[in-house]
Amino acid sequence: MIPLSWYLILAAALFSVGLFGVLARKNAIAILLGVELMLNAVNINLVAFWRYGSLASIAGQVFAIIVFAVAAAEVAVGLGLVISVYRRRNTVVADELDLMKW
Amino acid sequence: MTTELLIWLIPLPPALAFFLIVLFTNKSKALSHTIAVGAAFLSWLGSMVVFFRAVGEEHFTAFASSIPWLPTGDTWFRIGVSIDPLGAAVLFFVAWTVLMIFLYSVGYHNFGQPKGDHDRAGLPPHGATVTDEHGHKHTVLSVEPMYSRFFAFIGLFAFGMYTLVVSDNLLTMFVGWEIMGLCSYLLIGFWYGKPSARAAAIKAFMTTRIGDVFMLLGIAFLYKATGTLTFSEIFTEETLHVLANTPAFFGLSAAGAIAILLFIGTVGKSAQWPLHVWLPDAMEGPTPVSAMIHAATMVSAGVYAVLRMFPLLTADFTGHGLTTAMSVVAFIGAFTALFSATIAVAQNDIKRVLAYSTISQLGFMIAALGIGAYIAAAFHLITHAFFKALLFLGSGSVIHGMEHGVLHTGNHHVDPQDMFNMGGLRKKMPITFWTFLIGGFALSGFPILTAGFWSKDEILADAFAHGHWAVFITLAVAAFLTAFYTMRQITLTFLGEPRTKEAEHAHETPWTMTTPLVILAVFAIGYGWVGIPEHFPVLGGILPNWFHEFVGGTLLEHPEAVEFSWIPLGTSLLVALGGLGLGWLVYRNVKSPAEDRLQIPALKNKWYFDEAYDFLFVKPAYWFAETFTYKWMDKGVIDGILHFFGKAAAWIGDTLRNYIDSILINDWIADKLSHQWTIHPAARAVRRVQTGRIQQYMLASIGVLFVVGVLVYYFFMA
Amino acid sequence: MTAIQIIFILSALVILGAAVMVVSTRNLVHAALYLVATLFGVAVLYAILDATFLTVVQVVVYIGAIAILFIFAIMLTRREMRDQGEQLNKGWGAAALIGLLTFGGLFMLLNNWRGVNATAAALPSGFDGVVELGTALVSTDAFVLPFEVASVLLLAALIGAVYVAGTKK
Repeated sequence: MIPLSWYLILAAALFSVGLFGVLARKNAIAILLGVELMLNAVNINLVAFWRYGSLASIAGQVFAIIVFAVAAAEVAVGLGLVISVYRRRNTVVADELDLMKW
Repeated sequence: MTTELLIWLIPLPPALAFFLIVLFTNKSKALSHTIAVGAAFLSWLGSMVVFFRAVGEEHFTAFASSIPWLPTGDTWFRIGVSIDPLGAAVLFFVAWTVLMIFLYSVGYHNFGQPKGDHDRAGLPPHGATVTDEHGHKHTVLSVEPMYSRFFAFIGLFAFGMYTLVVSDNLLTMFVGWEIMGLCSYLLIGFWYGKPSARAAAIKAFMTTRIGDVFMLLGIAFLYKATGTLTFSEIFTEETLHVLANTPAFFGLSAAGAIAILLFIGTVGKSAQWPLHVWLPDAMEGPTPVSAMIHAATMVSAGVYAVLRMFPLLTADFTGHGLTTAMSVVAFIGAFTALFSATIAVAQNDIKRVLAYSTISQLGFMIAALGIGAYIAAAFHLITHAFFKALLFLGSGSVIHGMEHGVLHTGNHHVDPQDMFNMGGLRKKMPITFWTFLIGGFALSGFPILTAGFWSKDEILADAFAHGHWAVFITLAVAAFLTAFYTMRQITLTFLGEPRTKEAEHAHETPWTMTTPLVILAVFAIGYGWVGIPEHFPVLGGILPNWFHEFVGGTLLEHPEAVEFSWIPLGTSLLVALGGLGLGWLVYRNVKSPAEDRLQIPALKNKWYFDEAYDFLFVKPAYWFAETFTYKWMDKGVIDGILHFFGKAAAWIGDTLRNYIDSILINDWIADKLSHQWTIHPAARAVRRVQTGRIQQYMLASIGVLFVVGVLVYYFFMA
Repeated sequence: MTAIQIIFILSALVILGAAVMVVSTRNLVHAALYLVATLFGVAVLYAILDATFLTVVQVVVYIGAIAILFIFAIMLTRREMRDQGEQLNKGWGAAALIGLLTFGGLFMLLNNWRGVNATAAALPSGFDGVVELGTALVSTDAFVLPFEVASVLLLAALIGAVYVAGTKK
C-alpha cells in the first residue's frame, strides 16, 4: 500500500515546481501553465485526503471539482487577457507589462 | 404505442419542424416544406389514431395522463394531456384542416416557380420574367422570398393548436393559446414590408391581448378558488356546486365570474364584438394564414375554450331562465352574428367578406353556448371549420388565379382581391368554382346536402325549443344575411361574364392547392351526416346521430336531444334558400360597385368601429403617453427631482472645494508641509518598490508569507 | 514493493519530470505538451485513489479542454516571442530559492505531522464514488449551492473571456 506521505510529498514538489514557473517564467502563458501545475498539486492533496480520511464525506472530491471549474474559468479569462494584451501591445512578456509602475 | 403516449407526442412534430427549419434548413425551400408538411402529416396520423381509438371505445370518457410538474407547497401542480369526446372531435378537424393548409401553402407560395425579379423579403412576390425556347418573354408568378420562414411559423402555430387541444388543464391550454397569439402576430405581419400588414399585426396582437389579460385573471381566480387548473378536477359536481354558491362580484357567483373572465379571452381570440376589429385586418397575411387563423385554429380555439368551460358557465343554471353569465355570452354571440353579417354584405374584398362571415358564424356558436346548446355549438364549430377553411383556401385560389391574370396583362393597378374585378371565373377555374360553391352553400346552410345546414339548424332548433326568442330571431336574420352575402360573393366572383381582362386570363391553380380544396369539400358535405337529429322527418334515424351521442359524453350529464319542430326547420329552409335566391337575383346583373345599392357608407365602414376605437382608445393613449407620461411625468417631475439633487450636490461640492479643500488641504498641508519637509522625498524613495511587474510583487509577497509562516511556526506552535 | 507502488513511482516520476520541463523548456508548445503529460500522470494518481469520476474529468476537461486552450493561445501569440532567447526573467534565482524553501517548509511540516503515514481503508463493498459524488453535488444539504455558484462562475468567465478577447467594433 502507498502511505499518504507519498502523495503529500509529491504534491508539495509539484506545487513548488509550479510556483517556480509562476515566479520565473517570462512568458505570460507560461505563467499560467505554472498556475495549472499548482492547482493540480492542490487537487492531488484534496483527493488523497478524501481517500485516506473519511470516505463518507465526499467533500474532497467536490472541492476538486470546484477547483476544476475555477481552473477552467481562470484559463479562459487569463488567456483572453493575454490575447487581448498581445493584440494591443504586441507582447506577452510579463516584465514588459509594467504600466502600473511608478 | 399506448394512446396516452401518442397524445403526448401529437403536438411535437410541428414544434420540431419549427426548430429544424429555423436552425438548419431555412436555406433550402424544398427541404423546409418537406419537413413542415411531413410534421403536419405525422401529427395528423397520430390524431387519426387517437380519434379512431376513441370512437372505437364503448362509452368513451377520456384518455388522460399527467405528470407532476411544479411543487406547490405540499402538493404538485400537475400538467398532462387528456382527450375526451369533445377533444377527439376537435382533434379530428384540427388535424385535417392543418394538414390541408400545410399542403396548400406549398402551391400558394409558388413553389417551383423562378425567383422574382424585384422580390425582396417582407413583400409579396411580384412575379418573374422568364424567356421560353422561342425567345418570348413571359411574366409568371414568382416564389415567395421567405418561403421557409412561413413554414416555420405555421409549424409553431400548429404546435400551439395541438397543445391547446390535448391539454388537460387551463395552464398548458393557455400556453398553447398564447403561442398561437404570437404566431398570428408573426404571420399577419408576414409581409412586414407593407405598412398595412405591420399595423394589422400590431392591432391583432394588442386586441387579443386585452382578452388574454382577462383570461389570465380568470385562470388566477379559478386557481385561487379551487386550487387546481385541471379540467377533470374542476368539473366535478362538488367543485362546481361550491363555485356556483360562492358569491363573487356584481351579483355573480364565482363560477359565473370566472366563466365571464375566461369568456372575455374568447371574445378577443374569436373576434367577438367588441373585440372583433382585428380579424378583418388580419387579412393582410397570406391566404393560408387567413384560413389557419380563421377556420382551423385560433378562432376555433376561442370557441373551444368556452366549450371546455361550459360546465363552469352553466354551474348555477337551473334550467329556468338564463344566468347572468349565460345571458352575457348569448347576447354577445347573437349580436356579433347579426352585426358582422350586416357588414359582410357591403364588402368588396373577397377575403374580407369571409372574415366578417367568420365573425358572424363564431357568433352563432357563442350564442348557442350562451343558451346552453352545447352539442349544437360543438357541431357548428367543426362543420364551420371545414367549410370556412375550404372557403378561405378557395378564395386564396381565386386570388392566385387572378394574380396570374394580372401578371399576364401587366396592369398592376387591378386589385386581384376585389370581387368587382372578377366574374365568370367558373370556366377558368372549375375545381375552385365547384369546391367554393360547396363551401358557400354549406356556409349558407343549403338544405339537406351540406354540413352547415345540419349544424346551423340544430342551433336554431335549440334556441326555439328552449324559448329563447330573441336569440332565435336574431340568428335567423343573421342566417338570412349569411346566405345573401354568400350568394353575392359567388355571383360576383364566378358567375356571369369576366368583367376585366385579368379575369379572362385567370388560371386554375396547381394540384397542391386544389387537392386540399377537394378533400375539404368532401368534409363540408359529409360531416353533416354524422349529426342528423333522430326526429328529423324522413332522414332522421337512417344514420344514427353519432355526434350527439359521442360528444355528449364529455359532460357529466348527457344532454337531451331537442324535440323536433317544424318552425325552426321552416325558418332555416326559408332563410337559406331565400337568401341564396335573393342574392342571385340582385347581383346577377350588377357590374360595378356603383350599381350595388347596398354599398351604404355605414356598412362599408364597418359601423365606424375602427374610427370610434381610434377616437376613444388609441388617440387618448397616445395623448397620455406623450403629454402626461413623457412631458409631464418623465421630463417634468422625475427629471426635475434628479436635476434638483444634481444641482444641490454640485453646490455642496463647490462650497467644500472653495472654502475648505483649496484653502486648508491644498495650500496648507499639501504645499507647505510636503514640499518643504519630508513627505515628498520619502515618497520618491519608496515608490521604487512599485515596479509594475507582477512577478516581482508575487515574489515579494510569497517571501513575506514565508517569513511570517516561519515566525508563527517557531514562536506559537513549536 | 507492490505493483501499485511501482505504478505510483512511475507516474510520480512522469509528473515531476514533465513539470520541470514545463517550467524550463524554451519552446512553449513543448511546455504545453509536457503539461499534458503531467496532467496524465495526475489522472493516473486519481485512478489509484479510486476517484474514478475525477480521472475521467481530468482527462476530458483538463487535457481535452484546458491544455488544448493553452496550445491555441500559444499559437496565437507566438509570432512575437520566438522560441529562442532567455525564457526566465531576472528574478529567477530568487524564484528558485522560494520554490525550494516552499518545498522544504512543506516537507518539514509534513514530517512533524502524525497523520502522515496513514494508510487508506479498503473501500466498503458496494461503494460507488460516482453516485456519492453526484448525490452530494445536487443535495440541498450538501453542495448544491457551491455547485450552482461554480456554474455561474463559468458563465461569467465565458462572457468575460469573450468580452476581453473579442475585437471591439
